[in-house]
Amino acid sequence: MGSVTATVAPPTDSNVIPRFRTFWAISRSGFRRYATYRQAAVAGVVTNSVFGFLKCYVLLAVAGTAGAAAGYDRAQIATFVWAGQGLLAVILLWGWTDLADRIRTGDVATDLLRPVDPVTSYLATDLGRAGYAALARMLPPVLVGPLFFDVHLPTRWATLPLFLTSAVLAVVLCFACRFLVNATAYWLQDVRGPMILWTLGSGVLAGLYFPLRFLPEGVQWTLWLGTPFPSLLQTPLDVLVERDPTPTQVGLVALQAGWAVLLLAGCRWVQRRAERRLVVQGG
Amino acid sequence: MADRVAEPSGGTLTAYRALLGAQARSQTAYRTSFVVDLLGNVGATVFDVLTVLVLYGVTRELGGFTLRETLVMVGLTAVAFATADLLVGNVERLPRYVRTGLFDAVLLRPLGALPQLLLMDLPLRKVSRALFGLAVWVAALSVAGIEWTPARVVLAVVAPLAAVVFFGAVFVATATVSFFWVESGELANSVTYGGRDFTSYPVTVFEGWFRAAFAYGLGFAFVSYQPALALLGRADPLGLPAWAGWAAPGVALVALAGAAAAWRVGVRHYRSTGS
Repeated sequence: MGSVTATVAPPTDSNVIPRFRTFWAISRSGFRRYATYRQAAVAGVVTNSVFGFLKCYVLLAVAGTAGAAAGYDRAQIATFVWAGQGLLAVILLWGWTDLADRIRTGDVATDLLRPVDPVTSYLATDLGRAGYAALARMLPPVLVGPLFFDVHLPTRWATLPLFLTSAVLAVVLCFACRFLVNATAYWLQDVRGPMILWTLGSGVLAGLYFPLRFLPEGVQWTLWLGTPFPSLLQTPLDVLVERDPTPTQVGLVALQAGWAVLLLAGCRWVQRRAERRLVVQGG
Repeated sequence: MADRVAEPSGGTLTAYRALLGAQARSQTAYRTSFVVDLLGNVGATVFDVLTVLVLYGVTRELGGFTLRETLVMVGLTAVAFATADLLVGNVERLPRYVRTGLFDAVLLRPLGALPQLLLMDLPLRKVSRALFGLAVWVAALSVAGIEWTPARVVLAVVAPLAAVVFFGAVFVATATVSFFWVESGELANSVTYGGRDFTSYPVTVFEGWFRAAFAYGLGFAFVSYQPALALLGRADPLGLPAWAGWAAPGVALVALAGAAAAWRVGVRHYRSTGS
């Protein structure tokens, strides 16, 4: 990366490759940072799996003797639940307060001194974290599920690449949402309120409590087009279980991409506004 | 610890009251935050109930039970879990106290370790959730079409209390894991919140060893399912006799004894961080 410090003026020539290298380096350190908490990962996997059983049995009971509910057959429901339990940890819906904590304590000043834009560096760290979570948190439930339930495996060749794209977009989008929620600390100091609203809203509206397809069609449309929430979890899972034909799958992923770009731009904008008014606490 | 015995009990009570008062003042100091917290906490339970309603929008029966019958279990679980969470749920923070060594300070003070831990951050914001749970319980009872007898009225009062004790015991027992495994993280949630989700539905929804472990191994069947059957006057499809609904207080006391024993062993096992 060369020596870049706050006291040395950043290089003015626009060079894409060093930027990618920086991004990659930060991502790798994010991966390593989260890979240190191995025991916590084991505990997390056990917990996720218990909830997987609970949800799977309940949703299978909804399908009942008819064998299908809202367009999902029993195998699709099982895949939906178990992949969802894994994906939940990869997108990290809850429990990220790093930025808010750093704003409250004033540590964020250090982030602002660095020659990398805070949004970019936090995103890079988060992608690294997601990479580790995909191995340590996604894989186990995805392997446990099929041991106890009949699961749906993708039958169309396009599904897997679409799902991977969709999952990456979900991580980026979820990061952007969390960044925005955390960034309210620039104005509020105490983010417990926004955090609670986010925790509540994201759980239900992302499709974690029940597949959003259980809702009336009008509500579904409103949620998908009007909020980023379904794009966090419901979309990648619907893509994976092949709930819809390929063109609809592509459309849903494109919608996800739209939300991701929009909210990342929102993060940049909020960060810039915040920097203009930030008063770091303490001496 | 000997000087604690010598102290008049009035002093201890005053100390607890002072702790509680300080908590109430500090938590209500930021009024907007507190109101948002109150609303947010209701929201969690509202969504739990909403989820059940949405599921019944897709199907008419869940494990052989109608919406009205299931709501009895949902209501019972909601009021009991929220109350237990309000009173004892704070023990969830134990892993942090153990990891940072803050638990040393708790042990040094001349008050019981567990009561202190619970009062150190009594989450007053969760009051709203308990009240909403109570409302769901009353509403569920009134729409379920129960043929009221004196015995059932008693059960309708005793069952939530037993469930509060049971959930409280589960909170304490699972928290003690962190004495032995500091990095256990969210493991306790699988039994506490998992138990709540389990008791929100008829046991017949679940199958196999998973049902056996949660319902009878851990005793969650006696929290809401069996009392609900007794109230509704339904025979258990899984074959337990009718008096099983009345076993709830007994099961709760067993759980309480187990949790107390686990706590005592855990505190003895505690070694400070040694800084």
